[in-house]
Amino acid sequence: MSDTAARIDARLPIRSDMDLVWVRQHVRQAAALLGFSLVEQTKLVTAASELARNTLVHGGGGELRVARVTEGTAQGLRLTFSDQGPGIADLEQALRDGFTSGDGLGMGLGGARRLVHEFSIDSTPGVGTVVTVTSWAARTPRPRQEMS
Amino acid sequence: MNDGFLSAGTGAVPVLKLGDVLLVTLPGDLHDGLAQQLQQDIGEAITRHRVGGVVIDISGVEIVDSFLGRVLAEIAAGARLLAARTVVAGMRPAVALTLVELGLTLPGLRTALSAEAAIELLGGPGVVRPAGRRREDG
Amino acid sequence: MPEHEALHQHESPAREVAAFLRRRREQIAQRWADEALFRSVFTVSRDEAVEAGRVVVDALAQVAESERVEDPDAAAFTVVREQLAGMAAARSRYGLSAAQVSREVDALRVAPTDLLVTDLADAPAEHLRACTTALTVLTGTLRLVVLDTALSEGQALIDRQRMQLLEVATPVIRLWDGIVAVPLIGTLDSARSQVVMETLLEAVVAEQAHFAILDITGVPTVDSLVAQHLMKTVAAVRLMGAECVVSGIRPAIAQTIVQLGLDLGTVVTRASLADALGYALRGLDADIVQAPGGASKR
Repeated sequence: MSDTAARIDARLPIRSDMDLVWVRQHVRQAAALLGFSLVEQTKLVTAASELARNTLVHGGGGELRVARVTEGTAQGLRLTFSDQGPGIADLEQALRDGFTSGDGLGMGLGGARRLVHEFSIDSTPGVGTVVTVTSWAARTPRPRQEMS
Repeated sequence: MNDGFLSAGTGAVPVLKLGDVLLVTLPGDLHDGLAQQLQQDIGEAITRHRVGGVVIDISGVEIVDSFLGRVLAEIAAGARLLAARTVVAGMRPAVALTLVELGLTLPGLRTALSAEAAIELLGGPGVVRPAGRRREDG
Repeated sequence: MPEHEALHQHESPAREVAAFLRRRREQIAQRWADEALFRSVFTVSRDEAVEAGRVVVDALAQVAESERVEDPDAAAFTVVREQLAGMAAARSRYGLSAAQVSREVDALRVAPTDLLVTDLADAPAEHLRACTTALTVLTGTLRLVVLDTALSEGQALIDRQRMQLLEVATPVIRLWDGIVAVPLIGTLDSARSQVVMETLLEAVVAEQAHFAILDITGVPTVDSLVAQHLMKTVAAVRLMGAECVVSGIRPAIAQTIVQLGLDLGTVVTRASLADALGYALRGLDADIVQAPGGASKR
């Protein structure tokens, strides 16, 4: 188990396009190790890609912390993206579909939130942004929180 | 104007010419810079070789996020301006489910099950009939 | 035996209990082998039951030694977790309720308590009380571990069965070369919809199907959530390069969809599976020849 944890827990820099590739590969590998289904792996890796790009483009770079989490017999993966960028003034607006201040189709935050089981964001203008997401390797697909 | 690999641009993604169609096979994970380079390369290849169609084979692609989704949509829109039709082929089930969950349904994009089906759809080489399947209009 | 007890006067009650359990290991294991929990699980031989009992006594002694009698997460418990869960599960299968299993585990307290009281007959009353309390807490913790493990085992079983049920309830039928169908029966919740989507999409790849038909004849109600899932499925099938047709929308459901103001927009719908098949066949350019004298609606 500690061996598994060693291959999962990590701190990855997010400074360039290539770093996004490493982020995707690491999250994919970690999710596979924890027994995520292919679809769940793909969702989590896609969310990680969206959030890492946000960190890079809007936060001016930062880092990703990857950690294995457990709850009873359930195993999950927690990803924490942090930057010291300008922060987000209006979180509600940023989470709404279609909002974008950079490249992409405006699906970044709101879209990523739909791809994971738990999502939280903490942003202070002028200080930076921390986005934490968690997904669980479920034996059965768990109902996602339906978005309004 | 012979068929075969084109050395268009500096991109690391190979662009193959098959008759009237450009065949582009995306690797499993390509970084943002490479995706943008590819967009340029395809535009240039369409003009240079005057092809009528572009097939982007994404059967090897493990994830499509909003960035790559946007690149695909822009390649198609750009090709349309150059009078070429674009078909995205071979999207994996997990990728399709994720894109839909992400809210990205890419409505303007033509799709096919495989590169072969896409070439057939575009009326590619050696195909006499326009397409194996017909869509109902409306 | 009791005369040794004076030597242990200054030990903490937990360590005292640990020493006692090690000393009385054999007697406790022997008496446990006759308890319902062990007797009914190890039916082949009594030796087996005794051996299982020894393992549990050892684990308890180790936990007491580490002075963590009240801690169900104590390391030593992990050794016996699986064995105890197996025993509890066997009793559950036998038809016992969780409360009954719990009582059977609780009954294991009697043997060591009797022996402890005997052993400490000459010890000061206060010390005896402290030691029996430690033993009671320890066996209480054991009961907690068994129930906890049994519950999570039970949950795992439920999860597995639920998954199997979902898969069984979602058959994919190849109707024609290039046409697959999934007939849905029963209520569609979020989890089920996920499985349906995945199953249908996998089938589209496996069969290289140009058409995928979702037949909802057997779905009792369509609310906005179900409609949303249908639309997601349709969108995902399209992204893969195939076309999805929803069939079997009964008049009542059509009314509901209209009343809810749901926009199925671009979704191709047909009244029956037969109609959807006809639509798909024409899409494949298949020649449909009407049998002479046969009636066809379309």
